[in-house]
Amino acid sequence: MTNLSAGPFRNEKALARLRKRRAADTRFRLYGLSAIGFALAALSLLVFSIGAQALSAATYHVVKYDVVLDAAVIAPKGKDTPDQISRNVDGFYSLVRENLKDTFPDARDDRRSSRELGELMTRLAVLPTARKVADNPTLMGQKITITAPLNDDLDLYLKGAASPQKKVKLGKVVSVEAETGRTYRLAGPAAFKVIESLVSAERFEVGDAVDRQSILLTTGATTGKISDVTTDSAVIDLLTGNADDFKGATPVARLIGIPQSERNVTDQQIAWTLALKDMGRISRVPHLSLLTHTDSTYPELAGALAAIVGSLLTMFVTAFIAVPIGIFASVYLEEFAPRNRVTEIIEVNINNLAAVPSIVFGLLGAAVFLGFFGLPRSAPLVGGLVLALLTLPTIIIASRAALKSVPPSIRAAALGVGASKMQSVFHHVLPLAGPGIFTGAILGMARALGETAPLLLIGMVAFVADVPSGPTDEATALPVLIYSWSTNAERAWEPMTAAVIVILLMFLIVMNGIVVLLRRRFERRW
Amino acid sequence: MESTVTSAPPATSPGTQANEPERLTFPRIECRDINVFYGDKQAIFDISLPIPDRSVTALIGPSGCGKSTFLRCLNRMNDTIESCRVEGQIIMDGENINDAAIDPVLLRSRVGMVFQKPNPFPKSIYDNISYGPRIHGLAASREDLDGMVEKSLRRAGLWEEVKDRLTAPANSLSGGQQQRLCIARAIAVQPEVILMDEPCSALDPVATARIEELIDELRKRYCIVIVTHSMQQAARVSQRTAFFHLGILVEMGETDQIFTNPRERRTEDYITGRFG
Ligand SMILES: Nc1ncnc2c1ncn2[C@@H]1O[C@H](COP(=O)(O)OP(=O)(O)OP(=O)(O)O)[C@@H](O)[C@H]1O
Ligand SMILES: [Mg+2]
Repeated sequence: MTNLSAGPFRNEKALARLRKRRAADTRFRLYGLSAIGFALAALSLLVFSIGAQALSAATYHVVKYDVVLDAAVIAPKGKDTPDQISRNVDGFYSLVRENLKDTFPDARDDRRSSRELGELMTRLAVLPTARKVADNPTLMGQKITITAPLNDDLDLYLKGAASPQKKVKLGKVVSVEAETGRTYRLAGPAAFKVIESLVSAERFEVGDAVDRQSILLTTGATTGKISDVTTDSAVIDLLTGNADDFKGATPVARLIGIPQSERNVTDQQIAWTLALKDMGRISRVPHLSLLTHTDSTYPELAGALAAIVGSLLTMFVTAFIAVPIGIFASVYLEEFAPRNRVTEIIEVNINNLAAVPSIVFGLLGAAVFLGFFGLPRSAPLVGGLVLALLTLPTIIIASRAALKSVPPSIRAAALGVGASKMQSVFHHVLPLAGPGIFTGAILGMARALGETAPLLLIGMVAFVADVPSGPTDEATALPVLIYSWSTNAERAWEPMTAAVIVILLMFLIVMNGIVVLLRRRFERRW
Repeated sequence: MESTVTSAPPATSPGTQANEPERLTFPRIECRDINVFYGDKQAIFDISLPIPDRSVTALIGPSGCGKSTFLRCLNRMNDTIESCRVEGQIIMDGENINDAAIDPVLLRSRVGMVFQKPNPFPKSIYDNISYGPRIHGLAASREDLDGMVEKSLRRAGLWEEVKDRLTAPANSLSGGQQQRLCIARAIAVQPEVILMDEPCSALDPVATARIEELIDELRKRYCIVIVTHSMQQAARVSQRTAFFHLGILVEMGETDQIFTNPRERRTEDYITGRFG
């Protein structure tokens, strides 16, 4: 130590200063790391929660119905036009319902059961089949398999999202005795021990509320609802199937957390669904209709196609207007405009414009484009115009920054060999600034793609059931679709909304990917 | 281009420039009472300076004395600086090139410029050289253009080094090579005057020596004006030297005379390194 304090660079004071400086360095690094950590955590939380939600909407359950296309039902007049056939939803739906009734004959006699059974499939889900038959009348009279989405609430139930549920495997049932009506007593030594103790435990937790919960007992395609259970026996009301199936079986019991009265699906419907599943008629498939269908009031039929096309059309209009105007404005301001008061004021205003809340642009668009120019409401054309105004400042600012970053020596070199100002700009400066300008343009477009408020104000929130075919058609856009789906009450919209958010994020990721690519590829040193 | 020469004095036509002293008497460019202002600030005061053809004129002086500013007057590069205003006459081929009626773009094709820092376009070597001829429409065909590129590179002494990689990016060359490329680029548009603003300040002694050789070679064809901070360089490459101080032309004359026998005290102090 004495040795250290001797030298001119290593005395006590210098070392103390050094320690302090190092501590400050370390502290600063820690602050930086924790800031980044926080940002990353927030981001991954967001992505994770949306991703998990969306994942459940990435697949859905479809049911197969083998039906005979009875001409008397689907073309009752005998000489229906294809158009009439394609709109005969009732006819096609009754085929499906008959098929369900054939599968579950018990429901046939009872009005309420019959209606509940019909709810397994939405009427409108037969539309694709109707169109297919209308296009190809030779199918008439033939036997075909209709594959249609399961009711959204049952779909959620199968995905485990409709209600908390405890599922246990029971012991062997030895005897099945019929009691009154559809009531049966099942017995087997200690067969029901597991479910009995589960109910006791549940009662301990939620009190008498457990009595309102449903316990379904299932084996194969047969399901009953337990009304009384002891360790060795249980009394069930048969919901579907044949009670004798329980004999010798080891059934599965489901304790459904939410009481039937507070659910959108009845125990009966769950029983049928389980039966269909057991028959292999329900399968979980990729939810492609999310991309190929347009909006619908039924979540299982709804898709984002119209909104995707609407967004693309809107972006197209925006790009077509904002990018050239932005580039020309920035080139003029940066390369040609004299530096004086007027340009200064313009500059300040452009910067301010970039900070104007987007809803103001929406109001402006509604007043000017709809009110004054009388352009159609809800049209991508108007949306594109409004978003072009919105992105213009962003593009101009980014382009100017890109132009500024081209070293003046390049301009001097071009002028020095006798190029005109125009030539120096268009031959040298612009190509060098190009990647930067396009980065700015794409980032501006990405911002526009996610904008909701201005589009709401110009009426692009309408329910659009047809894919828009041009920029003046009624349309909606992805962020607006997210907004309107998220305000829907039904539970099934939640994962659907998340799925559309993911679609929107995909678009943004692709756009940002292009930006990164451009930067990588065209980054230059001078 | 020839059409702009309306009243060229016979003295400047090549035929009469037979011997050295006579050449110095008949200037290629005649500057009269040049005043340059940056906004309200005057950077150059009443400079009158004849610049002879087929020789090298060196501009020397302490930093900030207005050498670059003056040099930029000669090809109107000051026009690109917004606050800059140039007064006075710069006569070239009988015309005042400082006149608003003169197209600076045309002028710059006849008065080339080499900058302090090598500034090749971030393109290929070939494109760098061919850019000038192309925009001026000097080449009738692709072969013509190839020939011009080769000739310019040969004159700049770079051909042997780059002939196998004309399509390589110019930025891949060394600093000295880049500066010679810039000289070749200036030559390619067939100028009559070449302005060089400290062309060697970013180069090592070997590269500098090459450029100096090159300047000496180019002197036979062009009128060259060079700004330099190196007294040795001025003495080595120039025939005439002008010494600037605080925007004023203190002294000008034959390089030998300026360096061996300056008339002004300030010149002597500067050359001998007593200030600056
Ligand atoms: N663009 C400009 N705007 C305002 N003033 C300028 C500008 N360029 C040069 N000046 C001023 O003009 C004067 C002369 O500058 P100039 O660049 O010609 O000097 P120089 O002799 O070339 O100096 P150096 O040897 O350092 O290159 C300086 O006082 C400088 O501050
Ligand atoms: Mg200078």
